[in-house]
Amino acid sequence: MSTPRAIKAYPALLRTGFVAAVAYRAEFVIWMFSTNMPLVMLALWSAVARSGPVGGYTQNGFTAYYVCTLLVRLLTGSWVVWEMTMEIKQGTLALRLLRPLHPLLAYSAENLAAIPMRGIVAIPVMAVLLFFARGQLTHDPLLWALVPLAMFGAWLLTFLVMALIGTLGLFVESATSLFEAWLGISSVLSGYLIPLDLFPPTLRQIAQVLPFRFTLSFPVELALGHLARGEAVGLLFAQTAYVAVFLVATHLVWRAGLKRYAAFGG
Amino acid sequence: MRTLAVIRAQLRASLSLALQYRLDFIIEGLLALLWTAVTLVPIYVVFGTRGEVAGWSFPETLLVIGWFVALRGILEGTVSPSLTNVIEHVRKGTLDFVLIKPVDAQLLVSLARIEPWRVVDLAGAVGIFAYAFHRLGRFPTLLQVAAAGAMLIAAILVLYSIAILVVSIAFFAVRVDNLLYLFQSTFDVARWPSNVFRGALAVIFTYVLPLALMTTYPALALLGKLELRTALGALAGTVAFAGVARLVWTTSISRYTSASS
Repeated sequence: MSTPRAIKAYPALLRTGFVAAVAYRAEFVIWMFSTNMPLVMLALWSAVARSGPVGGYTQNGFTAYYVCTLLVRLLTGSWVVWEMTMEIKQGTLALRLLRPLHPLLAYSAENLAAIPMRGIVAIPVMAVLLFFARGQLTHDPLLWALVPLAMFGAWLLTFLVMALIGTLGLFVESATSLFEAWLGISSVLSGYLIPLDLFPPTLRQIAQVLPFRFTLSFPVELALGHLARGEAVGLLFAQTAYVAVFLVATHLVWRAGLKRYAAFGG
Repeated sequence: MRTLAVIRAQLRASLSLALQYRLDFIIEGLLALLWTAVTLVPIYVVFGTRGEVAGWSFPETLLVIGWFVALRGILEGTVSPSLTNVIEHVRKGTLDFVLIKPVDAQLLVSLARIEPWRVVDLAGAVGIFAYAFHRLGRFPTLLQVAAAGAMLIAAILVLYSIAILVVSIAFFAVRVDNLLYLFQSTFDVARWPSNVFRGALAVIFTYVLPLALMTTYPALALLGKLELRTALGALAGTVAFAGVARLVWTTSISRYTSASS
């Protein structure tokens, strides 16, 4: 498929994706609400921080950290792995293959188009953040300029990991279990459950070089000003490098997978 | 007597259905272990910085986590899969086949699907309890174990009632599989001792959606710290809750109009 045609088709895909997200708005809001783990963790850490700050985090510090985490997760989440494994299992992937557009591009448009809806849910969260924890956010304009880039990178990385594991569904039946395992490990190493700087040093060093951090913790660290300028720019390059690696991997696995794919049913 | 026979037959059917997928047993079992480990990580980090949180020591908090892991296993191993199945029935219109059977429909749908590999969670919970009491240096008396058992049964009943309430909504608004998922994720609240929560949250999780109590009260009972009055209050509340859930279920099922043609 030619690239110009994809570029022409993409805005239309975004529009249909947005309309779909609006059509299932109630469902959508419920999905968003089920992302409540950061708040559950916040309750625990607030109880801990009542008797004094923990490793540089005061009660307000924890509030800022977990509300930012929630925001990043709400805005950059994706669901493509569930969609892909279901379509592979039911054989409806064949319909996508017939279209003159790469299915992964179509998936990405659907996911990207839901972001405005996600934004609507995120606005109240953002208001809470600004009200309670304004003082905890960074004042460095360069870091703030990097936040949108890091958020986009986080979304792209999350999407690509999901697409990669979803594509593995062309080879093995248990791709969803594989993703569950990724999710479990990621919830610890991405800073979703616990700020990475509260880990013991060795574990922290491991978490800082693995890809998990770039899907979540990195934009949060930027917004909270936990990173120096040079470090922040370096990490943005590292995030881009991971995106590139997963892009190539997904592409290769997809090509190999399609060769052996035989749709079930109609 | 007949009810018991139905329950037995239903359990046997769903067990053999699940055992067809033997590889799943290993994979899902390993995943359950992973999630238990993930549940324990925050506690280790938190108690690395403090000796006590909201009046709970490390081994005492482990007891709460133990009950949480066990209850999560029960929820995701029996309650959730069965009730997801009901929602599927409602959407496809096949619930009619359940309703025409001469047995209580709630009973039939409640045990329709089970995931036996979730026993790994129960094993994990037993391991956590053993370690916690080893750290405490003492063991609960028989009476305390009995009290904890009673609290556990109450917790399961409340959990099940909430799920039934959620499913009852399926008769009015069809797309609620997400709602069950929402409840599953809200259940995460139960992993900490209830007095971690303050203010409005504390009230909600004690009286409205009694999640915090489900794991905290059995843990308190094991420690011998649960007052008799609180225990009795919790049991009475549970019975009332289950009654309401049953009432809502019967009302919504009587108003159910099939989705099929």
